[in-house]
Amino acid sequence: MESFALKRIAAVASHLTPTAPPPQQQQALSMEATASAAAASVFDHLEQAPEDPILGITVAYNKDPHPGKVNLGVGAYRTEEGKPLILNVVRRAEERLLADRSKNKEYLPITGLADFNKRSAMLILGSDSPAVVEKRLVTAQCLSGTGSLRVGAEFLARHYGVKLVFLPTPTWGNHFKVFMNAGLAVKTYRYYDNKTRGLDYEGMLEDIGAAPSGSVILLHACAHNPTGVDPTPQQWEGIRQAIRNRGHLPFFDSAYQGFASGSLDKDALAVRTFVADGGECFIAQSFAKNMGLYGERVGALSIVSKSSGVATRVESQLKLVIRPMYSNPPIHGASIVALVLGDGDLFSEWTVELKGMADRIISMRHKLYDALRARGTPGDWTHILKQIGMFSFTGLNKEQVQFMTREYRIYMTLDGRISMAGLSLKTVPLLADAIHAAVTGAKA
Amino acid sequence: MSTAAAPASSVPAGARSGWWEAVQPAARDPILGVTEAFLADSDPKKVNVGVGAYRNDEGKPVVLECVRKAEQIIAGKQNMEYLPMGGLVKFNDLSVKLAYGDTAPVLEEKRVAAVQTLSGTGACRLFADFQKRFKPDSRIYIPVPTWANHHNIWRDARVEAHTFRYYKPSTRGLDFEGLMEDLKKAPEGSFVLLHACAHNPTGVDPTADQWKEMSQLFKSNGLFPFFDMAYQGFASGDTVRDAQAIRIFMEDGHQLACAQSFAKNMGLYGQRVGCLSVVCDNSQQAVNVKSQLQQIARPMYSNPPLHGAQIVTTVLSDPELKEQWYKEVKVMADRIIGMREALKSNLEKLGSSLPWKHITEQIGMFCYSGLTEDQVDRLTKEFHIYMTRNGRISMAGVTTGNVEYLANAIHEVTK
Repeated sequence: MESFALKRIAAVASHLTPTAPPPQQQQALSMEATASAAAASVFDHLEQAPEDPILGITVAYNKDPHPGKVNLGVGAYRTEEGKPLILNVVRRAEERLLADRSKNKEYLPITGLADFNKRSAMLILGSDSPAVVEKRLVTAQCLSGTGSLRVGAEFLARHYGVKLVFLPTPTWGNHFKVFMNAGLAVKTYRYYDNKTRGLDYEGMLEDIGAAPSGSVILLHACAHNPTGVDPTPQQWEGIRQAIRNRGHLPFFDSAYQGFASGSLDKDALAVRTFVADGGECFIAQSFAKNMGLYGERVGALSIVSKSSGVATRVESQLKLVIRPMYSNPPIHGASIVALVLGDGDLFSEWTVELKGMADRIISMRHKLYDALRARGTPGDWTHILKQIGMFSFTGLNKEQVQFMTREYRIYMTLDGRISMAGLSLKTVPLLADAIHAAVTGAKA
Repeated sequence: MSTAAAPASSVPAGARSGWWEAVQPAARDPILGVTEAFLADSDPKKVNVGVGAYRNDEGKPVVLECVRKAEQIIAGKQNMEYLPMGGLVKFNDLSVKLAYGDTAPVLEEKRVAAVQTLSGTGACRLFADFQKRFKPDSRIYIPVPTWANHHNIWRDARVEAHTFRYYKPSTRGLDFEGLMEDLKKAPEGSFVLLHACAHNPTGVDPTADQWKEMSQLFKSNGLFPFFDMAYQGFASGDTVRDAQAIRIFMEDGHQLACAQSFAKNMGLYGQRVGCLSVVCDNSQQAVNVKSQLQQIARPMYSNPPLHGAQIVTTVLSDPELKEQWYKEVKVMADRIIGMREALKSNLEKLGSSLPWKHITEQIGMFCYSGLTEDQVDRLTKEFHIYMTRNGRISMAGVTTGNVEYLANAIHEVTK
């Protein structure tokens, strides 16, 4: 923590250092000319940006030499051994791609691999979805969930009348900048209830009802990040009606399909209910977690519209957003996903591996709950069992988290979020000890 | 516009509908749209000299052998974890060495901020957004003509764009006087987009002396050089020679920025591998700049894709693979130079009265033929030859099998 402060001071100091004056006259410079002889950089006034709050946790974790450290920061799946996992189906798909010498590395179309787009959409919507059947759907391959959100947001900023998006409180930290950098105003709606550690359903409906008609409402399709608190099916129906009644535009962020409950269809229920009512919506899909393709950046943006004619025009405008951003998306990860989704055996095997990951996380929840109960840690910890997906919002505050990092080498975000995927049978007791110490107010 | 019949659990009466009715169909991308049209054409004689992607003499795309080998090495990799926001560190290090030279002082002094990007497009866009954020009142000067997407990129970044003369139609060469005149008028603190080599779409590059003169002007007038280097190695066959403009500017002490692409020179097009580097005063500033670039990348795509960067890293860090790559790049460059000579001599043999020496004087993937839009349209309609309407021919699409046909057709529409 101290070194971070020192870095900040150094950054401010360099900012305050007077810059060299610009050169006045043309002059020939020799090889020996040094930076100090030339003008100061035009970017001299820059300060060092703070670490990303989430990715910065892993940076700090990596720097820690302590052997007993535990990384519960970034939401990447870990095995029981604490190792990242490449799914078997992914390995096999990669082998097939490698062996196929006829495959080349040409540019994909601007909206990406057509086969991937088709199958991704069917995965989230169901192959019998009215949007699919009636061709009222545009899908563009994008850079994972982030890229899909950003392209959708840029499109909205250009073509949608209400340039306002509502995010749940709390939400994934990066959501704010994604929408703001695209040029939309951002507000929030109540979501997480501190007292119950569950959904503030009434507050959510109230805020949705009060939002200006036609607002964009960002919804986590399942396994809400960071809280793990999802609406029940009945609550989803109430939310859907509230949104449609106000003429709002729902924008789903689906980063955990199959990863939350272990069932692809169950985790897609909310999205499918909305699409079934005939209304329009945006969907950002990520294959980072459910196919373990994190670094390959595989995702898709789907826009469900009222008619197929609209869909064609929407697609042409999406291209104008994408082309000046990165021209066309990366081929490798999308090829893997298309292969897996398109092959019956690989698909079946994938569902099994997916359920395996989801089940391990669910079992970690139970282990942690049991460990806290065994220690007699004060408080109600049932929310750990009720929350779903990769994360648990423990309810620990900033000071408690900082204590746990300092004294117990538990690395997690300051909002009290832990990545359940980072837990193992070995580390559950360490975490339980740390939580217990933090909650009972044990001092350093 | 007919709409689907509302199902039973339909949208309530008070709800809005048809948000997108006002969305107009966008114009097709002028470059990528050419390939779409080509693919839709069933004529057996059709020729695609549109998009700038390398083809071998059979007209087929090529995966380099060094790349295939690298992929074998990478196969079965340990994990696919997120890269840092700034990408694969080793990739960045190798990329900037390639651009600036292995032993460049700025690298040894750690004065270069480098981040992995989504190929050249992503590098330009990241820089444009960075320029807007930290030099919001500055301008970008863009050569005429240039790759069409350059304008889109700086426009979407909301940077005020101006142009400077570059191509001289009467000579089909560089309008150096016009270039210097226009850049002299640029206010201090302006950013200038320069194609490091193999200018796209004209193939016209300044000479070393001209680069030196430009460098002096930039120094005296406080202009910032931004190099888009998409063809290093691909232009002359020599990666050092193709980076000479950057080396010249570096010798003069400029603090420049560079967008590198590995799409063409490593044939990694669809993998989207590139690098943006910014030369700074000192190592702390480089840290600052890199951190700010990452702040722009995070809400755009979080972190860049892994696979392509691993390929490049594997090739450039293995001496044998690197040697093989140098050879393969030279083969591609030489084939294109050979096709330039063949096209020119074919046109001369047909007795064309027009000058065609620009075909061999221009360099890189493209030839700015000088054909008018009408002539280009005739080539497409009558001869099924596809190119962009500015008369740009992708020489990579020319083969020993189609060069005569192409020359014939050009002669027909220009005589």
